Amino acid sequence: MVKIRFSSALSNVTHARETTLDIGDTTVKAVLDKLVEQYGADFERRILDKGEVRRFVNLYVNGEDIRHLNGLNSAVKGTDEISILPAVSGG
Amino acid sequence: MSRVIGLKCRECGAEYPAVIQNTCYECFGPLEVNYDWDYIADHTSKEKIAAGPKSIWRYADLLPVESGKRVDLGAGFNTLHRAERLGAALGLDELYILDESVNPTNSFKDRVTSVALSKALEFNVKAVGCASTGNLAAAVGAHAAKAGLPAYIFIPGTIELGKIVQMLIYGPRVIAVEGTYDDANRLASEVADSHPDWAFVNINIRPYYTEGSKTLAYETAEQLGWQTPDHIVAPLASGALLCAIARGYRELERIGLVDKAEVKFSGSQPLNCSPIATAVQNNSEVVPVRNFETVAHSLAIGNPADGYYAKKAILDSGGYAASPTDGEIIEAIHLLARTEGIFTEPAGGTTVAGLKKLVESGHIQPDERIVVYVTGNGLKAQDTLLKSLQRPPVIKPMLSEFERLIEPRLDIHRQEVAPLART
Repeated sequence: MVKIRFSSALSNVTHARETTLDIGDTTVKAVLDKLVEQYGADFERRILDKGEVRRFVNLYVNGEDIRHLNGLNSAVKGTDEISILPAVSGG
Repeated sequence: MSRVIGLKCRECGAEYPAVIQNTCYECFGPLEVNYDWDYIADHTSKEKIAAGPKSIWRYADLLPVESGKRVDLGAGFNTLHRAERLGAALGLDELYILDESVNPTNSFKDRVTSVALSKALEFNVKAVGCASTGNLAAAVGAHAAKAGLPAYIFIPGTIELGKIVQMLIYGPRVIAVEGTYDDANRLASEVADSHPDWAFVNINIRPYYTEGSKTLAYETAEQLGWQTPDHIVAPLASGALLCAIARGYRELERIGLVDKAEVKFSGSQPLNCSPIATAVQNNSEVVPVRNFETVAHSLAIGNPADGYYAKKAILDSGGYAASPTDGEIIEAIHLLARTEGIFTEPAGGTTVAGLKKLVESGHIQPDERIVVYVTGNGLKAQDTLLKSLQRPPVIKPMLSEFERLIEPRLDIHRQEVAPLART
């Protein structure tokens, strides 16, 4: 099962902090498509802009930013963990 | 009626109450404090500020803390030095340095932390935290100790023990994470998400935290007799500092404490990790940097969330950005110390090296009134600087040995004195 953790900033759309998908080996894009089916257009609008990940959204697969992997085509194994978090930096 | 209306999204303008939140629920954009500027203009004055405490809290009317609760170790109210010798070395007529190395924990982070923890007390939080590799950790550790609040500080696990002495001494819980600063920061943001009654200064209370940096602009203007500089140079890491300084000058103009703020904002970022400076130089998108190695560890942020805004603030004002090499950064630390007696860490060296490059490239003019923000203390980076310094030779304790050591210099003095003696 792929586990997806949501930022609290998505709570008003997902009404949950995490969910799981029985999806097998796949890509981040495929996982997002499934989540959009589940949570609707509001969810899609928060995460994507014209099919690309929005500037202030960070997507991680097992802690790796997908921008450093293969973007939306990054591989996701059936036991991986995905996090969707807002961009924050600087200390 | 109060000075804080709430929070507002910088991207889409969505509004929220002034609670613990840093992300817009509509577009994930960053939130900023939304002030009632008419109220502020009616409730502050130069006289009131002058009568205020000798710290950032003299500007309390422009800061987002509304209760009387303050966590104050005396950050701010630092000297704006007229830098005549450095100015002469660089061919500049009017150069000033705001020296942040003298703050309570020796960096400008004391300003933002004092504001953040004061706001945290207002929110009645159970604990505070941050992700950091140095300056912010020390500031949070110290201010949390002052407030009597538990603190959780997330750091990359590879950091040398010597660099974390200052954060450990205040007794926070330091969590060393396997990975980089970005990994520590991401984990800290997930922890913040799961603990809504903990205030992570650079994460979930970030909109209030960044306001502390505006006081650099306020202090500069006040010490210049409520005048503004023509040009400022600040270091670039996340971009938040330069944006806050720009905001500070605009706010002073808005409420009439200065007549006109036509300030050029320029930045400097190490060549080896230069996403914002590169974007300014090429007028292109800010592209995150993944692999980098620079002596300026405190500026090493590969993915600066405020990069877009910092680039815009720079270009809209007519400023520019420099990207000095590590060698130039170290040389600039030496130059600043030798000409002005100020010892800064590589972030400050980056700023002075950037100033030098911007003068050489003609982006800063010799007759401009220039202010440079030197953000941290060189004592924190001794390991880095040792390589560029020579251990003095050890001599026998004899006068003749001393004279033999410095004789080449004495010859010069003898030549100058002899002609006068004959007359």
